[in-house]
Amino acid sequence: MTSMHGGDIAVIGAAETDELGVLPDISMIELHAQAALNALRDAGVAPADVDGLATAGPLGIEVAHHLGLTPRWVDGTSVGGSSFLLHVRHAAAAIAAGAADVVLITHGESGRSGTGARAYARGPASLTGQFEVPYGALAPYSTFTVPALRFLHDRGMDATDLAEVVVAQREWSSRTPRAMRRELVTADQVLAAPMVAYPFTKDMCCVVTDGGGALVLTRSDRAADFAGGERAIYLLGSGESNEATLVSQMEETTRFRAFQRSSAEAFATSGLTHADIDHLMFYDAFAHLPLYMLEDVGFVGHGESGAFVREGHTRPGGRLPMNTNGGGLAYTHTGMYGMFAIQEAIRQLRGEAAAQVPGLTTSFVQGVGMFFAASASLVLANRRP
Amino acid sequence: MSDFLTPKATPETAPFWAGAAEGVLRIQQCDACGRHYFYPRRFCRYCHSTDVRWTTVSGRARLDSYTINHRPLRGTESLSPVIALVQLEEGPRMLTNIVGVEPDPANLVLDMPLTVDFEPRGDMTVPVFRPASTGSAEGTR
Repeated sequence: MTSMHGGDIAVIGAAETDELGVLPDISMIELHAQAALNALRDAGVAPADVDGLATAGPLGIEVAHHLGLTPRWVDGTSVGGSSFLLHVRHAAAAIAAGAADVVLITHGESGRSGTGARAYARGPASLTGQFEVPYGALAPYSTFTVPALRFLHDRGMDATDLAEVVVAQREWSSRTPRAMRRELVTADQVLAAPMVAYPFTKDMCCVVTDGGGALVLTRSDRAADFAGGERAIYLLGSGESNEATLVSQMEETTRFRAFQRSSAEAFATSGLTHADIDHLMFYDAFAHLPLYMLEDVGFVGHGESGAFVREGHTRPGGRLPMNTNGGGLAYTHTGMYGMFAIQEAIRQLRGEAAAQVPGLTTSFVQGVGMFFAASASLVLANRRP
Repeated sequence: MSDFLTPKATPETAPFWAGAAEGVLRIQQCDACGRHYFYPRRFCRYCHSTDVRWTTVSGRARLDSYTINHRPLRGTESLSPVIALVQLEEGPRMLTNIVGVEPDPANLVLDMPLTVDFEPRGDMTVPVFRPASTGSAEGTR
């Protein structure tokens, strides 16, 4: 019997849009389509073979119709940038259950240019409209960031620890031609950059871009039917969890329990331990998030995240390479970055990354969505256990 | 001030907003487990009892965390740039603005005591907080 975990489900196609960055001449829905067609080509899968589709942003049926598909399984789970990690997990369950055979997961967003984008409105009677918006808590840079000062304060850390995350990730992006920000920087330069929302300077905030990506999943024992099966990447484990849709209602300001819950399930279902993980993709809309994740996912102890990054363990040559495309801080961030975190994990595991780390077999992808609301975790590997 | 900054009450939150309009901070307390909670619900967020009531709280809080927004979106320039998380003396946390103080980190020390104040947003009134040492809650920013 096929399981959703343990390597029974494979990613056989993965691709991004032709370009990332500032793309005012292509609409959101066409970014979905271009990424989808690129991923299907990568997989060697004909559109007619797709019988499952998952997406976030537009409705799944909108993307399906645009591509001329009539899937028998559609998932529109929409929890911000982590959505695509949940889609992988949900698609794996659907495939294992026989509800779909070949699932296409798409992302496309004109986050920079707004071309063909959907209006994003929050009503004044929504919880956000009543309890956050009246205080000017609108832009992610002034809202998602609010807990960070307390996180740093309680650990004896400061803004330099945020800057060191940027420094480390620029070492990766400097080797990645498709990355938006590729200049090497020092912590002092990051701290001296224009202030966006204290204590976050511009470099500690993600880039804002247009682009997309897509994935194709099927049963591992069917992977060989398709050209992409030769480079299949396997889902070993996964988890998802949630907490507050208002930043102010996190259970604790200095840790995100949803990271703890979803990552614990991903480890449990994969049968792996932290020591088995070779590579991290930790969703970084802002520089505090990898620090939360390193501690909440359990790769370091309480209060050790800053030193871990500063000492170089996540940089090229370090023992736990993290955000090897440069992350949302440097590579790209369309608004929902999770798809790109998965794409880089797959490139690394296939041995096709721009800043390739030698000898990888496993990657842990940790997503966050809707500020501190949603969490999802994936354990991926380039061989079946 | 822009319309989008004006909250709109629901049946569940109306007593909170009516309190703010009267210059009092009113939240809910559970009679079954005794805990205060926020935001408003028809049931206790901790024990799910529906035996809950509205109560006026002290208005005292401490500064949990904050950002100072240097890039206010259009229509929000008149607000305090200090977007803060405060913890009420009774336990719940809420998002707010810190007023009555220059928006400088030197003036915004974590854990500093705060007291509630109120500001208009369109035809509504919202609770904000000021350092407890800067005088009465009657003042304005």
